[in-house]
This record gives sequence, structure tokens and C-alpha cells, in this order.
Amino acid sequence: MRHLMSPLDFSVEELDKLMEMAEDIEANPEKYAHVCDGKKLATLFYEPSTRTRLSHEAAMLNLGGSVLGFSSADSSSASKGESVADTIRIISCYADICAMRHPKEGAALVACAHSSIPVINAGDGGHQHPTQTLTDLLTIHSLKGRLDNMTIGLCGDLKFGRTVHSLIHALVRYPNVKFVLISPEELKLPGYIRKDVLDRQNIEYKEVVRLEDALPSLDILYMTRVQKERFFNEEDYVRMKDFYILDSKKMELAPRDMHVLHPLPRVNEISVEVDSDPRAAYFKQAQYGVYIRMALIITLLNIEI
Amino acid sequence: MVKNTLNVGRISEGFVLDHIQAGRSMDIYKYLHLDKLDCCVAIIKNAKSSKMGKKDIMKIECPIDFMDLDILGFIDHNITVNIVQDEKVVDKKCLRLPNEIRNVIKCKNPRCITSIEQELDHVFVLTDPENEIYRCKYCEQKYDGRLRRR
Repeated sequence: MRHLMSPLDFSVEELDKLMEMAEDIEANPEKYAHVCDGKKLATLFYEPSTRTRLSHEAAMLNLGGSVLGFSSADSSSASKGESVADTIRIISCYADICAMRHPKEGAALVACAHSSIPVINAGDGGHQHPTQTLTDLLTIHSLKGRLDNMTIGLCGDLKFGRTVHSLIHALVRYPNVKFVLISPEELKLPGYIRKDVLDRQNIEYKEVVRLEDALPSLDILYMTRVQKERFFNEEDYVRMKDFYILDSKKMELAPRDMHVLHPLPRVNEISVEVDSDPRAAYFKQAQYGVYIRMALIITLLNIEI
Repeated sequence: MVKNTLNVGRISEGFVLDHIQAGRSMDIYKYLHLDKLDCCVAIIKNAKSSKMGKKDIMKIECPIDFMDLDILGFIDHNITVNIVQDEKVVDKKCLRLPNEIRNVIKCKNPRCITSIEQELDHVFVLTDPENEIYRCKYCEQKYDGRLRRR
């Protein structure tokens, strides 16, 4: 039995297969409409989430399965002090597969050690969020037709943004991927990722502060939100939150075939006027998130198509 | 008695731990749970050493299957472990960095699941043998406590 804890759980070849299936799902949704008939997905969300929970549920419903679960710790036995280990043992009796989000790092790993059904880590604190990374990879692959030979601009909070860290880990496995790291000094990519991941593998990257300087050279621009909860004082957050605002004027500097991604929700970092630019791909990205989760559910349930 | 020397008698069965970094013997005493063992333990602190300048030495009189060498390898793999039987050194053990250590150190990350899950083992995994880096199995936080020799 297989679980998904980290985006690196799948080899590059396995990811290729997963993305191939997701792209086939996009092209032929009716072919997959009943492959999970009679199967149940449990969504165990110990903290609120809109996109992640609903996209997992939509994925299972699109496959003909059904869903059950809870959407906050208050409405689960966790409020009575039940451990993750006990909860997953019980849920294993009710469902065929589960997606778990938990505020504590490593919670999904505890769950998979006691589970008799596949566990999808749908976010464990600031640690891993592998289905977001799979979504990002599928989006880039679908829009550009490749994951290699590419220059990716990562912009915003590169210090605390786990989606950015996971995406870097996942993309360095493809040849000739270069990064432009766009952030204020205070939110630079942590040294351990620069040193242990980029430098160690001789990955080409440069660090810039001005978004305008990076835009002309990019194939993909990945914007991130500056998250208020990461700051210890309001003053620092206020100073950083509007550091980058992508608007139509800046988009004029970008290549015609560049795409803008964002894990969402956005606040001010992408101006609403950019939404109508054909290069804005962040809403499509949410749709790809459903396709990749459908492919993931089929794969983890070992369903033959 | 020779001037400026301190003599500690031989043990008949047990261990002599040599080349302990000076000042670390009490940590080893604690993590080997020697306080719970009803046996003779001698701790020599700041002994002169030609190799190390000064060092700690421990003599532990106990059955030889008692000791968890994995813990010792984690604390300091440069320690020399002499195994004594019938008052003679019968073997010297080479310590190695254990691939995993369980319930020796605790994860300090307040966001880690180990901070709330009942009866969950605290497990650290050797993720980078070259740089001797251990990380929590659950949250991957690097161990940078003072227990290991630096």
C-alpha cells in the first residue's frame, strides 16, 4: 500500500505517468466518471481549508466515489483528545482512502504508520503540501509541454513559503531548470535550500530584489502571498505585504509565452487587472489541481484503467 | 602512589570508555541511564591525554550486554569502548553513527506532531552522514542540541 507524504515520494518516471493520466482525465473526463464507484474518500481536516479539501472531494466525486469527513478539529474526536493514530485506525474502517490536513508537522506520517488505507498528506503545518506541488508541476507541464529547459521565477515570500521550497525540490530533478529568486532581503530563500539543494546540484540561479529585472527572462512566474501568520510583529508584515504587486504594466515586460502561477489565495500581490491577461494561469492551476488529485486517487487505490 | 596520578581499580566485567571529550562524561552517565543501574561506576574527569589534551574516562562494572552502543555512537563516535571480562580487555568496539535513534533526544519544534501525540516515539534519522546531521523523522527539524560532540 502506498501513501503520499512528500512530492518526492514519486520518482520522475512515476510523476510522468501521473501527469499523463491527469492530462488524459482532462481530455476524456467521461472515461473516468465511474472508476471509483462504491469507493469512499475521507477528508480529515483538522484545520480550515477551502481549496484543498474541496478539490480532493471534487476529485473523488468526479470519479464516481463518495466523500465523508470533517473540516475542523472542533468537529472531530480530536477535540476530546483522541490521537491521530487512533483516529486513522477508526477511519480505516469507514473509507478506502483519506486526505489529511493537520496543523502539526509530521501528522500525516503518524497517520500512515497506523492506517490500513492510503493516506494523502493534504498539508501538515508548514512542512509538506505535496498535492500542491503536484498541481504546480502538472500546470507547468500542461502549459509549456515540458518540465525541463526552463527558467522559473519565484517571487515573494521565499523564506517561509513551503510551496516554493517543495517546488524547488521537485523541479531540480529535471534537466536545465534555472531559477530566479525574487524577494526582499528579509524573505530570501533559506540558506539550507540554496546550499543543500541548489548549490549541491549545481543548479543555476540568481537572486534579485526587483521583479521588473527578472520578468523578461522568465518562462514561468510563480507568485506567492506574504503570510501574516509568519510574522512576529504587525509592522514587519505591513512593510512586506505589498512589496510586490504584479500589474498590467509589469506584465508588459514579460515574454508573450510566460505564464503566471499562484498557489492562491492571493491578496494584493497580483492585481485583479492581470486576471484577464491570457498569461494568468492561476485559476487554471486550481482546475489542474482537481485533475492531478483524480489521477492520484486512482493511482493510490491501484485502480486499473 | 605516583605523584599527580589518581588510581582507579580494575573492573572484572563491564566497559571502559576512553577518549571521552573532557566534560562530557556526565552527559553519558545520564543518557546511558547509569543512575538507574545498581553497579560500580567510576568517572574520571579532565584526565591528561597526549592526543586530546584532556579527556574523560568512565569505568562501568556491569554485564556486557547492558550497554546501548547506538546511543554512545550518537553522542560521540570517537569514544573508545573497551570491553572487559575477567579483568582483561577482551574487545574494543568501534562506534558508528546510528542510522536512527529512538527516545534519546526530543524534538524541540513546537509545531511537530511529537509535541501533542500521545506515546509517540521521538525518532531522529541520520539524513546526512557526511555532515553528521540528524533530523526529526516527523517534521525534519535538524537536531542542533548540545548532546552531540561538536
